[in-house]
Amino acid sequence: MILVNENTKLVVQGITGREGSFHAERCKVYGTNLVAGVTPGRGGVLWEDTVPVFDSMAEAVRETGANTSLIFVPAVGAADAILEAADAGIKVIACITEGLPVQESIKVVAHLEGSGIHLIGPNCPGLISPGANCKVGIMPGDIHSSGNVGVISRSGTLTYEAVAQLTEAGIGQSTCVGIGGDPVTGTSFTDALKLFNDDPDTHAVVMIGEIGGTREQEAADYIKSEFKKPVVAMIAGSTAPVGKRMGHAGAIITGAAATASAKIEALKAAGATIAPSAAEIGSTMSKVLA
Amino acid sequence: MKLHEYQAKEFFARYGIPIPAGKVASTATEAQEVASSMKGSTVIKAQVHAGGRGKGGGIRIAATPEEAYEAAESLIGSHLVTPQTGPSGAPVSKVLVEQTVAINKELYIAIAIDGSVKAPVIIASASGGMDIEQVANETPDKITQVRIDPTTGYQPFMGRKVAYFLGLPTELIRPFSTLVGSLYNLFREQDASLVEINPLTITEGGELLALDAKFDLEDDALNRHPQNRELRDTEQEDPLEIQADEYGLNYIRLDGNVGCMVNGAGLAMATMDIVRAAGSEPANFLDVGGGADESKIAQAFKLICADPKVTQVLINIFGGILRCDVAARGIIQGYSDLNSDMPIIVRMRGTNVEEGRQILSESDVPLTFVNELREAIPLLQSK
Repeated sequence: MILVNENTKLVVQGITGREGSFHAERCKVYGTNLVAGVTPGRGGVLWEDTVPVFDSMAEAVRETGANTSLIFVPAVGAADAILEAADAGIKVIACITEGLPVQESIKVVAHLEGSGIHLIGPNCPGLISPGANCKVGIMPGDIHSSGNVGVISRSGTLTYEAVAQLTEAGIGQSTCVGIGGDPVTGTSFTDALKLFNDDPDTHAVVMIGEIGGTREQEAADYIKSEFKKPVVAMIAGSTAPVGKRMGHAGAIITGAAATASAKIEALKAAGATIAPSAAEIGSTMSKVLA
Repeated sequence: MKLHEYQAKEFFARYGIPIPAGKVASTATEAQEVASSMKGSTVIKAQVHAGGRGKGGGIRIAATPEEAYEAAESLIGSHLVTPQTGPSGAPVSKVLVEQTVAINKELYIAIAIDGSVKAPVIIASASGGMDIEQVANETPDKITQVRIDPTTGYQPFMGRKVAYFLGLPTELIRPFSTLVGSLYNLFREQDASLVEINPLTITEGGELLALDAKFDLEDDALNRHPQNRELRDTEQEDPLEIQADEYGLNYIRLDGNVGCMVNGAGLAMATMDIVRAAGSEPANFLDVGGGADESKIAQAFKLICADPKVTQVLINIFGGILRCDVAARGIIQGYSDLNSDMPIIVRMRGTNVEEGRQILSESDVPLTFVNELREAIPLLQSK
């Protein structure tokens, strides 16, 4: 498994908000080691009578040894929250918040470059390692099962669809990472593939992309040159028209390289097996592993 | 959010980017007055949110103020069909009247975010005035891209680098670099997603001039620029898309007959792809979002059915934050509000799916429930 495991000590930023509180509870029930919450101005209280809330990330890390953060603060404060987590020494930061202006994200991502910090998102469902009962995100925990297939995806519910199919086909997951639907994100497909390449628990990877940008093509280059494990890829948005933003800020066809067909061609040429539709992700992986 | 050329040029003027003399007009008389105030011929440009205006007859040259009147008269109030609009075209309610310019050379320049380098990039080509996509496909070596480091921002050397690539004459290197700097300031300060000048001309007098202007603002950043919201021209948008926007739904209208309602953008696209692969055509993209409640689902359902092309609705819900029982109640509410007999296929799984199915089966909504997406394929109607 990658990024989150049995050593994960989670702090939830924005734990006293409606979303933060709801999902912190779900993560805890799943088995995640939730050690702290942070809401500036609410320090000193106990969340759900069990988890200490701090005013700052620095204090939360100092007092609890938290090493991973999950962010639910509203868009206007999300960049600040990510940078505060980084400043406090957090190594894995998952930002669920959607609607960050891209020019905020690029500054944050540029600041984290080379720091060794893994930012997942923004605008993502987070990540989960079922084998360690560690959920750092908003995905429904019960569709997952422990195993040896890694999942990387730009979307939320489409990932759940893929995971549910894998689980039903008897294929468990090592770690599932939702990298997010924005034009600029921290961890890319390629970054996640590199981690899976070095992870002995991961034997194959499902990669779910969509229209917009060229990050699937970069991943294809990496798969071709260095990735040692089988890849099943699925690209959403073959029917999307040019120039219309399909929900995700990053899902817009602005040039020939951003189309689903260009991405599918690149991945096919790199040796990935293409799942013909979202209904056939589990069955395609079954065939690849057979 | 897209802006009109005349709005983009107002920003250009504010940021010191040279533009031709001109003024926007809402009537033919106004257009004639503007033309009268200028020397020689003018160009009358239809203001629509679509490219390819020249090909659609939306750009006319007028030798006299009377000709300007005639051009404006025929454009204002019409629907302009270009290669980028649908067959019904885009409504023209304003024209931009500009002084014509003697041109020596046409360049292309733009600034946009490139997700692969996680930064804004300057995109430039000496093949200006053409469809840049075509240039990129046929002669990619005629385009250069220079990354702007987001922490340091634009530096003049970046503009010089582009200028050398374009082969600009020595005396234009500095003004060009300054122009690109202004363009970057505009891009950054207004939170643009694209600013494009095609063509950026070198006039016969040897000066740089932005003949056209494209300027898209980032929707997610509009809260930081509330005054820019007033620049939105809803006439250029689909009425159902505007309604969806008011409900907080992500909806894009398409040409097919199968209305799609899905939670999550990726799953929505993947569902549309399955509809197309089955030989049918999706009527829309619709993501109801994660936090949808019963009434939002009902609104979404009614919105889909408001498109007269829709003959069937496909609903695909993966219950997570949005529970299947909530979705089921919303569907029933929307259906009974409409009082229609639209055939519906529902596929649900995830949180509270059994409860959702129960609620639907006890209702009088004539729907077909399927467990897997592939079971929906034989049930889809073609156009």
